[in-house]
Amino acid sequence: MALQAAAFWILAAVAVVSAFSVVAARNPVRSVMWLICAFFTSAGLFVLIGAEFLAMLLVVVYVGAVAVLFLFVVMMLDVDFVELNQGFLQYMPFGALVSLILLTELVLVGSTFVFADPDAAGRAAFSAAGPTNAEAIGAVLYDQYIYYFQAAGIVLLIAMIGAIVLTLRHKPGVRRQDVGKQVARRPKDGVELIDVKPGSGI
Amino acid sequence: MNAFLLEYAPILIFLGIAGGLGVLFLLAAHLIAPGDPDPEKVSTYECGFNAFDDARMKFDVRFYLVAILFIIFDLEVAFLFPWALRLGEGGAFVFWSMMVFLGVLTIGFIYEWKKGALEWE
Repeated sequence: MALQAAAFWILAAVAVVSAFSVVAARNPVRSVMWLICAFFTSAGLFVLIGAEFLAMLLVVVYVGAVAVLFLFVVMMLDVDFVELNQGFLQYMPFGALVSLILLTELVLVGSTFVFADPDAAGRAAFSAAGPTNAEAIGAVLYDQYIYYFQAAGIVLLIAMIGAIVLTLRHKPGVRRQDVGKQVARRPKDGVELIDVKPGSGI
Repeated sequence: MNAFLLEYAPILIFLGIAGGLGVLFLLAAHLIAPGDPDPEKVSTYECGFNAFDDARMKFDVRFYLVAILFIIFDLEVAFLFPWALRLGEGGAFVFWSMMVFLGVLTIGFIYEWKKGALEWE
């Protein structure tokens, strides 16, 4: 139990410090690195409350994919550090507003969890005798919450199509490999025999 | 609870060793390595003339497209894991629920294939 408490405090401290550094770091690439660190420590916290599956998802999806995406976005921005830091005060009210909304949501979720729901056993992420985290999610996701599940699929479809529509540009004049076309090509398509008379050009 | 967490003890130990080694190497490089920097020594060296411009440059937006398509299929796979655990007792409804989900995403996959989003120019 002491080890568990020590792991919690270390992970929580690292998570808070790295989350603060995401905002405080001057170099955006470093911000993303701190974000990855925050994701990893949050995964550790998830493991501590028994939510194994969520922890692994956090590592696979957030660290593996979202962090890479952020890194790409940061690298595509052609970062000018002086200019970036000047915008800070300008965006401050908006950022404060978003933080306030997030804080309110967190407080609401926390207070509901503590005060409203008497069924403490039913909402625990893990119990030693019960099903594992992944099984518990699987038990309700595919039939009880099927509409949310299918909505998730449609959201992913929209994201996919949106990304393609917004960013896919074919450069004109680029030759691609097309195996069928290349194999079907016959000598008469590419070669032309011309009988050139002596003394005249083509 | 504790038996479950004990399975993660090796990872915790590994994490400690990895973090310790990382800090150790940084500290050792800082303390032991000889260093006498001056502005000329640490400036960018480009074959004798001054650097033309910044080494940082914009990435092609195609990398972003590949990354976001990867994320979407990554999430799709993430939904498959609890489904695989449930399939044994879930029956046909659970099976077809996932098939519809996969079908919707297959539409997107066909779209991106036909659009040529997976091809590199």
